[in-house]
Amino acid sequence: MLKIKNLSSGYGKLKVLKQVSMHVKAGEIVAIIGANGAGKTTLLTTIAGLLRATSGEIEFRDRSITTLAAQKLPALCCVMVPEGRQVFAPLSVEENLILGGHVLRHQGRQLLTEQLAHQYELFPILHQRRQQLAGTLSGGEQQMLAMARALMSKPSLIMMDEPSTGLAPLIVQEIFRVIGRLREEGNTVLLVEQNAKAALTIADRGYVLETGKVILQGSAEDLLANRDVQRAYLGRERIH
Amino acid sequence: MFWEEERECIARDELEQLQLERLQATLYRVGTHVPFYRNKFFDMKLDYESFGSLDDLRRLPFTSKQDLRDNYPYGLFAVPLRDVVRIHSSSGTTGMATVVGYSSNDIRTWSNLVARILTAAGVTKDDVIQIAFGYGLFTGGFGLHYGAERLGASVIPISAGNTRRQIQIMQDFKTTALVCTPSYALKMADVMMDMGINPSGLSLKYGLFGAEPWSERMRRQINERLGIIATDNYGLSEVMGPGVAGECLECNGLHVNEDHFLIEILDPETLEPVAPGEIGELVITTLTKEAFPVIRYRTRDLTRLLPEPCPCGRTLQRIQRITGRTDDMLIIKGVNVFPTQIEAILFDIEGTQPHYNLVIEREQNEDRMTVLVEVVESMFFHEMKKQRQVIEQIKKRLATELGVSVEVKLVEERSLERFNGKGNRIIDKREL
Repeated sequence: MLKIKNLSSGYGKLKVLKQVSMHVKAGEIVAIIGANGAGKTTLLTTIAGLLRATSGEIEFRDRSITTLAAQKLPALCCVMVPEGRQVFAPLSVEENLILGGHVLRHQGRQLLTEQLAHQYELFPILHQRRQQLAGTLSGGEQQMLAMARALMSKPSLIMMDEPSTGLAPLIVQEIFRVIGRLREEGNTVLLVEQNAKAALTIADRGYVLETGKVILQGSAEDLLANRDVQRAYLGRERIH
Repeated sequence: MFWEEERECIARDELEQLQLERLQATLYRVGTHVPFYRNKFFDMKLDYESFGSLDDLRRLPFTSKQDLRDNYPYGLFAVPLRDVVRIHSSSGTTGMATVVGYSSNDIRTWSNLVARILTAAGVTKDDVIQIAFGYGLFTGGFGLHYGAERLGASVIPISAGNTRRQIQIMQDFKTTALVCTPSYALKMADVMMDMGINPSGLSLKYGLFGAEPWSERMRRQINERLGIIATDNYGLSEVMGPGVAGECLECNGLHVNEDHFLIEILDPETLEPVAPGEIGELVITTLTKEAFPVIRYRTRDLTRLLPEPCPCGRTLQRIQRITGRTDDMLIIKGVNVFPTQIEAILFDIEGTQPHYNLVIEREQNEDRMTVLVEVVESMFFHEMKKQRQVIEQIKKRLATELGVSVEVKLVEERSLERFNGKGNRIIDKREL
């Protein structure tokens, strides 16, 4: 579904990504893990078109999107859930969701209503709070809103940037449960996470980024068992 | 039947994307963790981080058996020893041996790839599989063992040797699949005759053979005499062991597990790629090995690509069974032997002359090697006792250092053919 070859990108003279190659197949959850500053967010923003690649190729459903403008991407069914939620604080929960369904506006009211109902079913708490202003929600609720907003457009690929940042462990569990459910519904997820263990537990495959390069890749199972990953990202040093 | 259908029948462009991703990660790993490669890349001014296409492979340096020896024992490991859960060693004399390591992930990958090969060769979890490869430092026994367990088959880890007992167990335990060298399979057929056992009364259905060169003629013999479907599989410990490539039931070439191994077929002289379908040396780059990755390992094995698609549906490319070697390595009863090793031992023994011949025969499906060596004339004037002593001495050293038993004959001075320059001292009479 998504295929990236030798992608390099950065900010001005600062080269962040170096020759990154990776792919995501339909129906997969792929995790990108790595420490702070490894280039995870840069990778997502480059795919999303918010940042121009200096070289390399990005293909989404066999179509090059390397130079596509960011606002055109959702219409191709590829959406991003940004880091730090970034919900529209002065708008109500429901208004946020309707904005998320923007690309469906020509497909009739019915579809929009269905989508809305589906999100409320996925995140019951949002239904309770649907008239509340998004800015008054808790961090976890805002994260759910950001995810639901992205899902409104019926995307075929959902990219999530650090969905667990700054959330209580219980809420993190809930978020990951929902991500797992997204796959069951046939969605494809590209997940960027610092919480390597949680991410690899639900993912099918993963890539480990370090200083802008993919240093390891493989099935989530293999990465969880890899000693380098354990030492560097899972905070585990087994002594036996 | 497939073990991992989505991988074994992968589309070419998808495979190439996967290979590129894995190669980039492998290059990063060896470039940062293995001094041998780091220095080589540095000397060649090769920026492995700029590696952007599979064609760039040709810019990479080769790895030879000698490099492995020079870095004996752990020099080429890419992970610290505490992350290594298994160490194997290829056959060879002390000091000549090569050592390879596996992380726990490597063992898992290995098991999985052997399970693939077993499945392709017809084996399922309902089979009872008798593994008559030697266990120990040789990778054959353990590799097949893990794969068969992964598959869920019932494994009989009988190891090599004691043919009568092998057959007894085969009969009593109702073995359905046999794993050994092809020549040992034929030997079993002979011993069955001696024991008055009719192979058609056994439960045997499949045979997976490897670790030595064999021919279509031998396959037909095995199939007929044991009443099984015999398939060939290929691997070498430097790369992983068994699981690199294996035949499907079409019995027409070995599918290479290309998602884990990148292969090239090169002209052994020019080291340039041969035309597709031409015979050349097989060169392998590992894509997923953690503990012991190798870049462009020169196997010295000769083969060719079979470019036509295989009717079994697998898209993984096929290579022809190994047709020979680019060096003078001999495979005697599955053990790798270099004539230079024998030479070194012979010349170390008092009374011998630097002239010898190696005669290899296959009698009753068993390899037999005879060393003919010239001795100083005075030896023949001595009593027989002295001659016997020398013979025993040579035999003993060859057996302990090579791991194969050989016959030794002493001959008079100047009785063996002399060569100008590189001589052919090996007389291989085996009809494969």
